[in-house]
Amino acid sequence: MAMKIGEKPFFDRVDDALDDTFMRQSMANAQDGLRGKKIAATEGDEAIGDWEDWRSAGEEIRRHTLENLDYYLEQLSENFAKRGGHVFFAETAEEANAYIQQVAKKKNAKNATKAKSMVTEEIGLNEALADVGCQVHETDLAEYILQAEEGDRPSHIVVPSLHKNKSQIRDTLKEKAGYSGTDQPEELTAFARSQLRDVFMNADIGITGCNFGVAETGSVSLVTNEGNANMVTSYPETQISVMGMERLVPTWEDLDVMVNLLSRSAVGQKITTYVTNVTPEVGPQSVDGPKDFHLVIVDGGRSKALGTEFQSALHCIRCAACVNVCPVYRHIGGHAYGSIYQGPIGAVLSPILGGYEEYGELPYASSLCAACTEACPVKIPLHEQLIRHRQIYVEEGYADKSEQAAMTAFGIGASTPSLFKIATKGAPTFAKPFVQEGSISNGPGPMKLWTKIREFPAPGKENFRKWFKEHKKGDSRNE
Amino acid sequence: MSKGTIHNRDKFLSHIADRLGRERKTDVSRPDWEYQPQWAVYQEKTSDELCALFNENSEEKGTLVLETTMDQLAETVEYVMKTYGGSPMVATDDGRFAEFGLTDVFDENDVHIWDAELGERNIEKAKQANIGFLFSDVSLAESGTIAQFNDRNIARSVSLLPTTYAAIIPRSTIVPRMTQVTARIHKQVEEGENISPYINFITGPSNSADIEMNMVVGVHGPVKAVHIVILDA
Repeated sequence: MAMKIGEKPFFDRVDDALDDTFMRQSMANAQDGLRGKKIAATEGDEAIGDWEDWRSAGEEIRRHTLENLDYYLEQLSENFAKRGGHVFFAETAEEANAYIQQVAKKKNAKNATKAKSMVTEEIGLNEALADVGCQVHETDLAEYILQAEEGDRPSHIVVPSLHKNKSQIRDTLKEKAGYSGTDQPEELTAFARSQLRDVFMNADIGITGCNFGVAETGSVSLVTNEGNANMVTSYPETQISVMGMERLVPTWEDLDVMVNLLSRSAVGQKITTYVTNVTPEVGPQSVDGPKDFHLVIVDGGRSKALGTEFQSALHCIRCAACVNVCPVYRHIGGHAYGSIYQGPIGAVLSPILGGYEEYGELPYASSLCAACTEACPVKIPLHEQLIRHRQIYVEEGYADKSEQAAMTAFGIGASTPSLFKIATKGAPTFAKPFVQEGSISNGPGPMKLWTKIREFPAPGKENFRKWFKEHKKGDSRNE
Repeated sequence: MSKGTIHNRDKFLSHIADRLGRERKTDVSRPDWEYQPQWAVYQEKTSDELCALFNENSEEKGTLVLETTMDQLAETVEYVMKTYGGSPMVATDDGRFAEFGLTDVFDENDVHIWDAELGERNIEKAKQANIGFLFSDVSLAESGTIAQFNDRNIARSVSLLPTTYAAIIPRSTIVPRMTQVTARIHKQVEEGENISPYINFITGPSNSADIEMNMVVGVHGPVKAVHIVILDA
């Protein structure tokens, strides 16, 4: 339930999304805005030198860290515990939740504040804590809005409430939180600020995710804009940080590179307003710091990617740059993916974490234009991994016969590396008969639903050429 | 902090090593990275240019920048007090305020100096405060960011809870970017020193663009920010 959004089948969700004109327009606006800002702060910012060098630096750090993950996790946990923190390694969401429930019960905790965290969404922590009588208050503005709506879920990794307009937000806060103002964002935000101030101060537990753990010191680094991560880590007596097991860097020097890649790729900022780094306190305690600090490190299916062609998907730093350039996300929005992880990275990660039965169709939510791969700040070959997922989906018999034929023709059903190459090379050729003025108008098989969208872009020739060059490089590395 | 504990580690890490197709690793050297673009950024800039960049980038984030000199610092601080609502005010417990000659202006204007021994009362004071005064330990030209190595005396609440934070920035603290700060922390670790429990990078007032991508300033942290840059310090 936690990672999953909604109960409808994938293509029904897509249909729903296509009917939602406000949502589609706001996705388009947000993509254009975020993409423009990102370009200005990356390729467009001469002061930082060649952005490609930064991407290569990021890839290098992430690859080395993942290849030596056991070593760096040991170092992180050792240093965290050496300073008095408690580390719990959880193979599953259930184990993570059970541990956190136990902490909450021991503290007799009734209220917790939480800074935005995808991994806690993934494990369903709010529900788990509610089960032991501890209410979790979301404090990120977007998550606060979604929580007020009761049952609404994130539609974007970085801006979770993207699918809601200001009037809807006003109505929700009126109905659920006693708000009586206008739909001006300033007024709505001021309301959230005033509502949450005391909540921050009175919480028994502060919960955060972890953008990056720093192995050499056992630190948790949080990258935010609103100041809520500082509030959540300052006033409750107990802090619990939940971390996907791959989210760490060896040293502070590496943290510098990753924070730069994340801030610029996610929101086009040179640095976010807050980069908050918390390490268990040694010596006499601060009055505005946790007395008890827990770090919960979650596998949750991530280890299934280790040692496979999907290992580099774990390099992801959750910037959503791939989401912001994806033509399919633009049209169907976040909820259609049925996972809290949307867009190209969601379509790669969700089947790994949640299995092909539940998420095997998501890799079809792509035109294979490779814009995602080009946008990724740590150079994850996302579209290659999408193709590989499709291949496995067909090979392992999840697709029915007619789908298999269409998917094979779509360039995804090949079963050997050489056929795979030909198939991917053929994608634009295959789509050609359906292309009119650069858009696919009446595609076959799985494309039929997508091509209801009039602007659905054809796999770009230029992008494809670039991609193919990269792809060949990738092959020579592997051979 | 109580004595630390670690649960379920061996099984978890052995599983990772299995998946990676090898034995557990107990010694790994971090390689000399092939790509290190961070070191080149603003290396050619003079101290004056870095200061100008720091100011420009602070202003871009909506932070008021006031340039001053050591002999006019107290006067500048008083101006900030008057402009941003005056009492109640708080400041971190930082010997530099006395070194920089601000003791009198703080006393005269009834600024509450954080006192770890007073416990929770400090937080109440910071919550009520119009302005929180603090020093930037390192200041980043690239983004107009202040970095603070916080602890129980140089408390985080001072930059977080008041409506406005006012940071004192000796020009000598300005460096090109985060790279220089993290290198310093990394060196500290290599020399076996304990790092500060709370290392904060703050760039202007808190903000959010979560509602229809409209930028709103002043969410959970301060609504306004002032950088007082001391040109001859």
